[in-house]
Amino acid sequence: MQAPDRETWSKLVFDKLVEADVTLFSYVPDFGNTDIIKMADEHNETRTVLLTSEEEGVAVCAGVDLVGQRGVVCMQSSGVGNCPNYLSLVKGGRFPMLMIVTMRGDYGEENHWQYPMGQAVIPILEAMGVLIIEVDREDELEHATEAAISAAYTGGQGVALVFTQKFLGAKAF
Amino acid sequence: MSTINRRDLLPNLLPNPDDFLIVSGLAGASKDTAGLTDDGANLFTMAGAMGSTVSMGLGVALAAPTQHVLSVAGDGELMMGIGSLATVASMMPNNFTIICIDNGMHAETGGQLGHTSRRTNLAIMAEGAGIPSVLEIDSPNQFAEAAQFITDAPGPRFLWARVTVEPPTAYKRDFDLAARRQIFRTAFQAKNQAD
Repeated sequence: MQAPDRETWSKLVFDKLVEADVTLFSYVPDFGNTDIIKMADEHNETRTVLLTSEEEGVAVCAGVDLVGQRGVVCMQSSGVGNCPNYLSLVKGGRFPMLMIVTMRGDYGEENHWQYPMGQAVIPILEAMGVLIIEVDREDELEHATEAAISAAYTGGQGVALVFTQKFLGAKAF
Repeated sequence: MSTINRRDLLPNLLPNPDDFLIVSGLAGASKDTAGLTDDGANLFTMAGAMGSTVSMGLGVALAAPTQHVLSVAGDGELMMGIGSLATVASMMPNNFTIICIDNGMHAETGGQLGHTSRRTNLAIMAEGAGIPSVLEIDSPNQFAEAAQFITDAPGPRFLWARVTVEPPTAYKRDFDLAARRQIFRTAFQAKNQAD
């Protein structure tokens, strides 16, 4: 099966986020979030924040929420491992949080190094009280994105919208 | 050697604390800010998520560009999130000031010496990260200069305040972060509508 075109699905996700009044996109670069960040750079009403490490984005988005606005944090799955202590803000403070996670170390991965963290993503997020909404197939994309946005900004939850390698395709080595 | 008693620091630097939105990090930094503002609605203090204070303040500053935002952190907290200085510099929010209250140790856990008691120079690290305005103080004689630095120097600013080992302000603040989030948001919204 051919992986869905990255620019096409990224546009759908980006448009939904803009429609939901998300104005700040914090990120550590990943192949999977490249187009979303490019779109956020180019759009008039959104801005991007390049992070040195993913957990900073959790705190940045909490700060954005304190003054009534909306941010997201985009990261590769390995970055989830940097976030747990800062995610205390979600469980303890009920800060809404939307994490956009593009997977490595799952379906079809060829790099040994990616497996330990890739396989720990879900248990770590669950341990910190973050809801997980996975996207495996193109026909799930739109509803999954809407569900993640509703859970975070209407439902007040910490949510990870997780794009699996079944969806993204695995990197070839 | 510093001659600044930290209890005198914030009242002298910030004579009008209501002019700021403040995020402060765990332990002494938040005791000092809570004492300064009487745990005010313009203050979000932390007692966990160590290292996050500068990043959270940055989020506030980017989302509220007409407000002057302060992050107040101890040296241990600041070192744990040191990468965030580069993130701040890349964004260049001119409405953002970082104050590091540096007692050179982890006072909350028993006074174990930290990196700034050894070889680390936070002014050089902040400059190296790209923060345009950096000031180091270690004497009460510099309070006036530091207060002016906070209001007048081109932002973002980094104030490195080296203090003595005397204890922080004795203040029992509210630790309920969900409640404090609501209080901060509600007060900001009301103030914003009034403006």
